[in-house]
Amino acid sequence: MNGRIFSVVGGMFLLTVCSKGSQSNVQAAPPSTQPTVSSDPAPAGAAGGTITGKVKFTGVAPKNPAIDMSEEAACKAKYPNPPTEENVVAGPANALANVFVYVKSGVPAGQTFPAPATPVVLDQNGCRYHPHVFGIMVGQGLEIQNSDPLLHNIKAIAKANRPFNVSQPSAGMKTTRTFAAPEVMVNLECNVHGWMHAYAGVRPDPFFAVSQQDGSFTITGLPPGTYTIEAWHEKFGTQTATVTIAGTETKPANFTFAAH
Amino acid sequence: MTAAWRFGGLAVGCAALLTAQPLNRLTAQDTTAGKIVYQKWCAGCHGDNGAGDGQGARHMIPPPRDFTGAVYQIRSTPSGQLPTDADLLRSIDEGLSGTAMPGWKSRLSDRQRRDVLAYIKTFSTFFTDTTQRPQPIAFGSAPGGGGSGAEALRVGRQFYDSIGCRKCHGDQGRGDGPSAPTLKDDAQHPIFAANLHEDWRFNGGGSVEDIYYRLRTGLDGTPMPSFSDLLDQKFLTDEQLWRVAQYVRSLSPKEAPVVRDVIHAPLTKRLPHAPDDSAWTSVDLYWFPLVGQIVRKERWFAPAVSGVWVKAVHTADSIALRVVWDDRSASPDTAWLGHVRRVWATFESDDSTREQPAAWPDQLVVQFPVSIPSGMERPYFLMGNPGAPVYQWRWSSAARTAAVAGLARGIDRFDPLSGAGPGAQAVYDHGQWRLVFTRALASADTASQLPFRTGRAIPVAFFASDGSNGEHGTRMAISTWYFLALDEPVPARVFISPVLAMMLTLGLGMLVVWRAQQKTSYRRQQ
Repeated sequence: MNGRIFSVVGGMFLLTVCSKGSQSNVQAAPPSTQPTVSSDPAPAGAAGGTITGKVKFTGVAPKNPAIDMSEEAACKAKYPNPPTEENVVAGPANALANVFVYVKSGVPAGQTFPAPATPVVLDQNGCRYHPHVFGIMVGQGLEIQNSDPLLHNIKAIAKANRPFNVSQPSAGMKTTRTFAAPEVMVNLECNVHGWMHAYAGVRPDPFFAVSQQDGSFTITGLPPGTYTIEAWHEKFGTQTATVTIAGTETKPANFTFAAH
Repeated sequence: MTAAWRFGGLAVGCAALLTAQPLNRLTAQDTTAGKIVYQKWCAGCHGDNGAGDGQGARHMIPPPRDFTGAVYQIRSTPSGQLPTDADLLRSIDEGLSGTAMPGWKSRLSDRQRRDVLAYIKTFSTFFTDTTQRPQPIAFGSAPGGGGSGAEALRVGRQFYDSIGCRKCHGDQGRGDGPSAPTLKDDAQHPIFAANLHEDWRFNGGGSVEDIYYRLRTGLDGTPMPSFSDLLDQKFLTDEQLWRVAQYVRSLSPKEAPVVRDVIHAPLTKRLPHAPDDSAWTSVDLYWFPLVGQIVRKERWFAPAVSGVWVKAVHTADSIALRVVWDDRSASPDTAWLGHVRRVWATFESDDSTREQPAAWPDQLVVQFPVSIPSGMERPYFLMGNPGAPVYQWRWSSAARTAAVAGLARGIDRFDPLSGAGPGAQAVYDHGQWRLVFTRALASADTASQLPFRTGRAIPVAFFASDGSNGEHGTRMAISTWYFLALDEPVPARVFISPVLAMMLTLGLGMLVVWRAQQKTSYRRQQ
């Protein structure tokens, strides 16, 4: 059981390159403020099968809108170039990052998975959320911290979970919240800064991942079975795939979204 | 007296119920009975299934509560928790000020309100989830030391700034902060940051305690967050948060304004043309509520301007009328275009060809009859009609220091009078327009331009449009007719006559007494 438990919450926010190569429409996070959430997926040597793959998109990715941070000098100062939103974060060769990939169905009913003791950290830094998309287990702590010396409010908009809205007017504030029910996705937003959005995939099991800069993702520790895998993207919607795991094998699952 | 009678009646009614039925029938919340009450009184706005989608819903901003999510603004519980029954009953009883939700305390019986409360809870499974146990916050009470004293208010203002209230509510609290144009609720409906100068319109009540509770709990479903974590993490003391509440309360008048029908314009030696001329400070202030224009298409149920504050003075030959109103934006302002789009998306138009959102200017109209009526009859309040026009001054923020005079012959017809505009000076200051109109009392064209006369009740009405709220054309806030009275100079005889009369009376009295004394002494001598 222990071996199955792993964390797939990725800290993937040092994103710089656009798939088109010429024009960068993806903004680097401030170098001095690396998110502290980074945790590599658990060693794949654990028992069970693995699903791995890449997420891509076809067409031309919409340009991420520039963020006007003129009201917040402390945030603006953290960026050498004007920052943009992170609606579509693309990597080389049309790779698509920030896609939440999870096992939608197939995990035997009644099987329960304890939530990790370590919380997921959501950092507000430079008036953006780090990470922008993440997975979290039911009951696992979500530690929300403010690294900016100004007011953020964190509003969770949820249906299956209780929504909340708390303020953090000072740097160094921390608030820990948990989610009681699975929900893909819970939207997190700041109303002071209308461009700030983050998305949390709340799952009852640890079988989820977020695609990285190169579009790759890996879900490990799956018991034998046939699974429906869903990939969720904030702009491009969802896609599903069916994968059957027979043992400790590694099976591929690739997703291609259409940029529209 | 009537309230006492009603209360008495209610008590008798309860007593009758108590004796007629077993006790548990009275306290048990009866969802079947609640459904009947709900369908009769609530479903029109909140919808048959409680999803906030009743017939009236598309004509309201903010829209009616969607009960299916069990997200409630006015609670005594921390952000994210369910409200207590007492919280829900408070909203049913008192309503939500500043919204379309009325109070039901005087319309439904105690039993009916409890039943409907029980029924409303059936719309969400959160209320049957035993892990959800609302725990009211132990609020405590306001610290001593005089909440309205200068030092308390200084501390309140300091933390108003430091915890970021101004981001949405603005530097002076009029809901005009830098984030204000982007605000939306959980369902993406547009929402205004509260104008903190109008505590009688606060959803959860306008007392210091109410404000403090909202700071602690937040208003779930809206952008207003809870500030409780600041206390828990010692970034702020409880006393400091109370000071913020006291400061916010101090921005509104001590008492909610009441309408006085007649604006008295005293006689002055000098006409104050500028809105911030110090001469205005000693002039009496009048408040008039404005409501949405819902008579003519396109009807407008969500006006941004809730009232105007008016002062007037006159000299021997001219009049100055000062109109002040709160407006979150100096329109036209493209920053609010997103807000207008959200208003359009939320709000159903009754006009088949609705205008595209645009950056419209703000407008203010002052309306008079063409001549002072001799009887009680006045022209149609909503901009007259073709046969009986009204005389108007129209000001627009597009040309701040100019106004147009003209005749309105209905809401959609305005004929400007050439070269006859009143003087106008306006300032926009932190969410407030202050505008002064000036004009000669006499008019060259008495047939179309009202000549002002002292000592007469002159009908007057007001119209305001906030361009950044999508208000343009028939979409505006309106008032009914009120009156303007130019006080006559008090003639000297008013002061002299009583003194003369008193002296004469005294003199006569003394004469009578003297005569009587003369007679008495004469008789004694006899």
